[in-house]
Order: sequence, then structure tokens, then C-alpha cells
Amino acid sequence: MQQLVNTLLGGLTLGMVYAAFALALVLIWRSTRIVNFAQAPMAMVTTFVALRIIEGGHSYWLGFAAALVAGLVLGAVVERVLIRPVEGKAEINAVILTLGLFIVLHALAAVVFGNRYRSFPAAFGIRGIEVGDTTIALTGFGIFTIVAVLVVMGLLVLLFRFTDLGLRMRAAAFNQEVARLLGVRVGRMLTLGWALASLVGSLAGLLIAGGSLVHPGYMDAVVVYGFVAAVLGGLDSPAGAVVGGLLLGLSLSLVSGYVGSQLVALAALAILMAVLLLRPQGLFSQARERRV
Amino acid sequence: MLEVRELSTSYGAVRALQEVTFTAPRGEVTAVLGANGAGKTTLLRTITGLVRAQSGSASYDGRELTRTAPELMPGLGIAHVPEGRGVITELTVEENLRLGGLGRGGRVRPEELERIYELFPALADRRAALAHVLSGGERQMLVLGRALMAEPTVLLLDEPSLGLAPRIVAQLFELLQSLVVEQGLTVLLVEQNARSALSIAHRGVVLSLGRVVVDERADVLAGDDQLRHAYLGF
Amino acid sequence: MRRLLGQPLVLALLGAVVIIVVLTGVDDFRAVQLTQMAYLGIAAGGLTVLTGLNGQISLGHGALMAIGAYTTALLLQDDEPTLPLLAVLVVATVVTLVVGAAIGVAAARLHGPYLAGATLALAVAVPGIALYFGDTLGGEQGLRVRVPDPPGWLLDAAYFVTGQDLTPSTYVAFLGWFVLVVTYVGLAHLSRGRVGRRWRAVRDDEVAAEVAGIALGRARVSAFVVSAAAAGAAGFVMAVSVRLAAPSGYSLTLSLMLLTAVVLGGLGTLSGALVGAALLTFLPQVITDAGVSAGLDDIRAAELAPLVYGLVLVAVVLLAPAGLVGSLRLAWHRLRATTTSKGAT
Repeated sequence: MQQLVNTLLGGLTLGMVYAAFALALVLIWRSTRIVNFAQAPMAMVTTFVALRIIEGGHSYWLGFAAALVAGLVLGAVVERVLIRPVEGKAEINAVILTLGLFIVLHALAAVVFGNRYRSFPAAFGIRGIEVGDTTIALTGFGIFTIVAVLVVMGLLVLLFRFTDLGLRMRAAAFNQEVARLLGVRVGRMLTLGWALASLVGSLAGLLIAGGSLVHPGYMDAVVVYGFVAAVLGGLDSPAGAVVGGLLLGLSLSLVSGYVGSQLVALAALAILMAVLLLRPQGLFSQARERRV
Repeated sequence: MLEVRELSTSYGAVRALQEVTFTAPRGEVTAVLGANGAGKTTLLRTITGLVRAQSGSASYDGRELTRTAPELMPGLGIAHVPEGRGVITELTVEENLRLGGLGRGGRVRPEELERIYELFPALADRRAALAHVLSGGERQMLVLGRALMAEPTVLLLDEPSLGLAPRIVAQLFELLQSLVVEQGLTVLLVEQNARSALSIAHRGVVLSLGRVVVDERADVLAGDDQLRHAYLGF
Repeated sequence: MRRLLGQPLVLALLGAVVIIVVLTGVDDFRAVQLTQMAYLGIAAGGLTVLTGLNGQISLGHGALMAIGAYTTALLLQDDEPTLPLLAVLVVATVVTLVVGAAIGVAAARLHGPYLAGATLALAVAVPGIALYFGDTLGGEQGLRVRVPDPPGWLLDAAYFVTGQDLTPSTYVAFLGWFVLVVTYVGLAHLSRGRVGRRWRAVRDDEVAAEVAGIALGRARVSAFVVSAAAAGAAGFVMAVSVRLAAPSGYSLTLSLMLLTAVVLGGLGTLSGALVGAALLTFLPQVITDAGVSAGLDDIRAAELAPLVYGLVLVAVVLLAPAGLVGSLRLAWHRLRATTTSKGAT
């Protein structure tokens, strides 16, 4: 019983991170119809920026903030310089482009920051909280993870639902031509969308890194889990991405706890295939029919 | 006054517009008529810069439009209402309207929304609904209302009657006419439904294969059997 | 003469002569490198048929190679081989083909980013299987591959033709290039024939292809199966060459390398795949050496090669979507078209 509770609590924490990462993928997919496979190395690079700052003797929070800002800037630059030319072209071009960026960032990080594993500090305790005389698998940093993701999601909801900027961004994502005719600077909105998505991705990277080891490949599997979570919820649906992330976090945690951690990626693959073959539009997407 | 001077453009090797020239005076409805593929939609898209003009110009009160980005049109008082309804179906009715108001710059005041809801009571009942669920006629009202939110001086309408029942077309055109009279709008009305369009238009411009073949007062055009049979098919 | 040279079999025979001449003249180090070029070329050839001719992208071909390699390793555990090497090749290819068919059935219903994501998941998932079944598959250390000695008649024949003894490395290099030639002849025949026309038709316009009576699903699955078989054969060559099947060899990096090879060479052409494989084999040393002489330590310098590939990959998509070979060919055709009134071919 205690093992089950701990497994589920671990899954919840992990699920929040996957949800954030899936949300980043969905934000980009909605506006540009591109799955950003480079999201993982983009987040990885910004985590290394944070690590540099923290190892330089500055506070954890300065590094944290710097990574988020770096994510924002990196997302904007990538959209502006690399993605803009392939928008609206054959979808295979964008896929290959983001994979090329994947390889570039990986190699760049290895050249600049080195290829070995390095430990990344956590802002809060990473020992389980004691309830009575048992220790449960919810750490201080785990609670911070859940809160941080919830706060960011809340802010995104506020932005998209209740501000004029958010309305413009949604309009640009849904119908570029009509949005332009209504005075929306579509290019700027897409750049901003990528920047925000990249920021959310960076947050996920920081949360995974906290109290753990980082190296240039530490986020590689996460892009798969984020993608599976996003497809699970429906690639068009931000709310679906969040639910998908939580479901996936819990499922993978169960697989890891009861079957074997080596098979987690295989389980994610199985879930992905099941969703794509049985309910390709995802569990929560409004789109009634979708070609996948 | 909207002035189009020797405007030409092409899609690849196909010449879509050839030296199109006409004037749409302020406070009047100018109907642009012609068969499918005559270049009517291309004309509007070229005026607002969605399609690049190869030569010639389109200007409003002396301001050149064809080399101005489409995003800047609402700020110049020009509202292009595209065909195919052009509602953003993933947004609610009210969000669509607000978006129209944002184009002008500045914030959207509640009374501006109320003014549109008074004009189109059907929209008021569904303000929180996704535009996805609206009928064809309601969508047409929504795009028109959305365009009016920006308080334009020029309305470029692309086939507003497409797919609507005759009774709704009559209502829509009646409303359009009253807007022109009350607000002094300049309207360029692209239509296949020549009979209805001419009933409210002051002038009629007929396009054929990208060229202006007739530019005539609407009542003359509607009254000339030969012209009607040759170009308008009624 | 042009017609004759255009025939895959004629090309293959010419290629075989070139291969024999080259391989007899090289030392063991080069032989190992050439074997690497061979297995990358085999897998890239399969991938280029899938992606270039049929329009399906796969980031999972490294995982398919792993299946071929582990099958090979399992069959070559004992000192005394139970099967001749060519039979092992056939079994490795068939096993991968069967797995590929299962994946292909699922993949046939996906397109673009969905297929990319699913095969990416495959690439990340497969190494975990080797870790989970560590008792059978050797876990992190992997399985050793015992390559049987070349048969006596082959040694004699090699000595007779080349005047040299066949070293184990050269033997494997010959084996790898033999597999490459056979694979490329097969792929060339398939892609030129009726099957290839169907693949292309499905890539270019699904609706038109379906109207023309082509079963979309079957065309997609068959392309995936053929491509997977090539990956399996490549996995066999790789296992025999490195004498080991371990998860680290078949990481996501390998899949991305294969994709890089086909994009660099130009999607859909076997010659492009071979050029891509050559670049991936021989360029890293040059780039790494340049990095070391520029003052980087060895480990960092080794990362310069992927950096360059990645940059080239991005540049190719942005500047020359036909790939390097394809772009050169286009430029060549344009040049011919302007210099001769007849136009190209």
C-alpha cells in the first residue's frame, strides 16, 4: 500500500513536468502545425545556463530566472531565424529542421559545457516528507514542482483567455489570414508563441534537473514523453496536454515501480500507438476527426 | 474615394488582373460583378495586399494600399471581409467581435459590442458560444459585425450572399444600405448574385478574365438587356 | 553505353570490381572504416527508399538495426557456429523484416510529425528492452559476437585473386560491401519497377493514387518492410564488424545519423545515401583533428562532427531541399539544358 502511494505521488510530480512539456509542444503545434522535436535540447541548453550561473556562486533563483529568460529568447530566435522559412512548406521539412536543431544543440552543449554528468542543485529538500513515522515520496522540491507548473499554467490561462494579447495570439494561431486582415501582427504573435512555449519547456527542464544529474542528453526521453502526453490529450488541446501529462506520469511511474524502469520508454511507445490507432484525435481534443 | 488604377497581377503564368481601373466614390456602394474566375476575389486581395500587385495602384484618399501590409488596413479604416465566411470558428462570437475592435488599436469598450448586438440581435443571444456552431447567415452577420467593430470607412465585401437563403440576403443588403446612408461608408461589394447587388449599388463594374468590361451606373446596367444577358446572366 | 551503365546489375558488377580493388589495397584500420560506411550505407539506402520515395519519415531505423544486430549476436554466441554466416544474415534480415512489418502496419496510418514522434519513441524505447532482459541480451555490456573464420575456399580464392592473405577485418569489409551491393541492386530494382511507381504515387498524391486503384496501406507497409529489411541487414554487418551488440551503439544518435545521411545525400537516391554514409564515416576524423589543432580537448573536439552535421542538416533544409547530391544533379541538369539544345536525358 505504501509503495503504491509513493509510486503514485512520484507519478504525480513527474506527470506535472510532462504536462508542462506537452503544453509547450501543444502551444507550438497549435500556432505553426510543427512538432518541435528540438524542445528537449532547447530546454537542456537553458538548464546549463542556469548551472553555469549557480556554479559561479550566484543564487539558485538567479540561475532559475536566467534559464527562463534564456528559454524565452531562444524560442523567439529559433522561430524567427529557422522556422519562419519553412512555415507552410511540406511538413517533412519542419520535422527534419527541428531534428537538425536537436543535433546542433546537443553537440554545442557538449562542446561548450562538456559531456559528463553533473549534479544540479534543488531549491528545496529532496528527501521525502515524514508523516508520522513513515516517509512518503513527496519531497519539498516535488511540491515546488507541482506548484510551479500550476502557477505557470494559471498564468497562461489568464494570458490566453483574458487579455487582448492572448486573443490576438489565438487568432493568429487559428486563422492567419483572417487575423492579418483584422490587424493582428501574425509574425510577432508566432514568435511570441514560440518564445512562451520555449519558456515553459525550460521550466520543465529545470524541474527535471533539480536535485538530479544533467548532461547534454538528459532531456531526450522527455521529448518522447511530452509528445506522447500531448497526443494522448489531443495535440490541439492545452487542457488535454495537461491531463495527458498527468495520466502519462502516473502510468509510467507504475510501470517503473512494478515492471522495471528500463521499460518505461517502451510503455510510452505502447501508449502512443494505442492512442494513435484507437483514438487519434486524443482523449480531449474538440476536433472531431483528424488525420494523424 | 477608393481609386484603382491599372492594377495588374498574376498567379504564375495566369494573368489574374489586367490593368483594372475604376473608382468607388465615398458614400456609395460599388458592385464588382462577373463570372467565377473573373478576378473579383483577387481584386480585393490585391487591394489589401494579401496578393502582391505587379503594377498599378489602389489608393484610398491618396494613400497607397497595395504596397501596405494587410495588418495595417484596419488602422487605415479599411475592412476586408473575406469570402468563405472568415469567422474564426475556434473563438467565441464575442471574441471574434472583440478582435475586430482591436484592429483599430486601443481597447474595446462594452458599448461598442452592445452597438453591434443591437444591429444583429441574433448574435447577442450567442455571444459566449463558439463561432463554430453558428449557421451560415449568423456567420455572415458575425463577420460584418466584426468588420464594423473597427469603425471602418471602407468595406470590402467578398460574396456576402454566398450560400444564404434569399430572404436573409435581402435583410443583409438592406442593412448594408442603411449603414451606407447613415455612416457614409464606401462599399466595394463583390458578388455573383448580380441582381441583388445591383439593387443596392450605385455603380456596377463587370470583370471578365481579369479585365474591366463594363463600368456603368447600376440602374443603367440593370436596365440594359444586352449588357445583362452578355455578362450577368439574368 | 549510357543505357547499359544505367542498369543496376551492370553498375553493381562495376562496383564489385572497384570494391575488390580498393579493399585489397587497404590496411585494417581503413577496412574497418569502410565496413562502417557499408552498414551506414545499407541502412541509409533502406531509409532513403522509405522517406524519399514513399514520403514516410523514420527516426527508428537505428532501433531496427539493433534488432538485426541482436539477432546476429544471439546466433553467434558459441565458438563453433551453428549456422553459416550468410544464413545468420538471412535470419537477421527476416527477423527485422517481421518486426518492421508490425511497425509498418501501425506507421502506415500515421503521417509527418506523428510518424516522426512514434518512430522517435521506438528509437528511445528499444535499447531499454536489452537492459530489461539483461540475462538473455547482456544488459549494459551487451553481447559479444563471435565471428567465424572465413571458409578455407574463400581464403584460397582471395589469395589467388589478390595475392594477399585475407585478414579478419578485410573479410568483414568484403562481407559488408557484398551485402551493400546486393541490397542496393534489390532496392534499385524495386524502386524502378511497379512497386516503386506505387510508392512514389502514394507520396505525391494520396487521393490520386487511391483513385488509380493503389492500396495506400499496402504500399506504405511494403515500403516500410523493405526498408526495415535493409536496416536488419545493416545491423548484421554492424554486429559482425564491431563484434558486439550493446544498447549504447543503437541509441537515438544512430537513428539521427541515418536520417542525416539520407538528407545530406538527397532524399530518394541510393547514390545520395552512399555519399551520405561516406561523409558520416570519413568526415568526423577530419573535423575532430581540426578541433584538436584548434585547441579543444579530445572529448569536446569529438562533438564538433555532429555539430557540423546538424548545421549542414539545417542548412540543407533551408537552402537546398533536394540535398547535396540532388542539388548538384539539378545544377548539372540546368547546365546541360542551357549548353545543349536537346536537354538532359
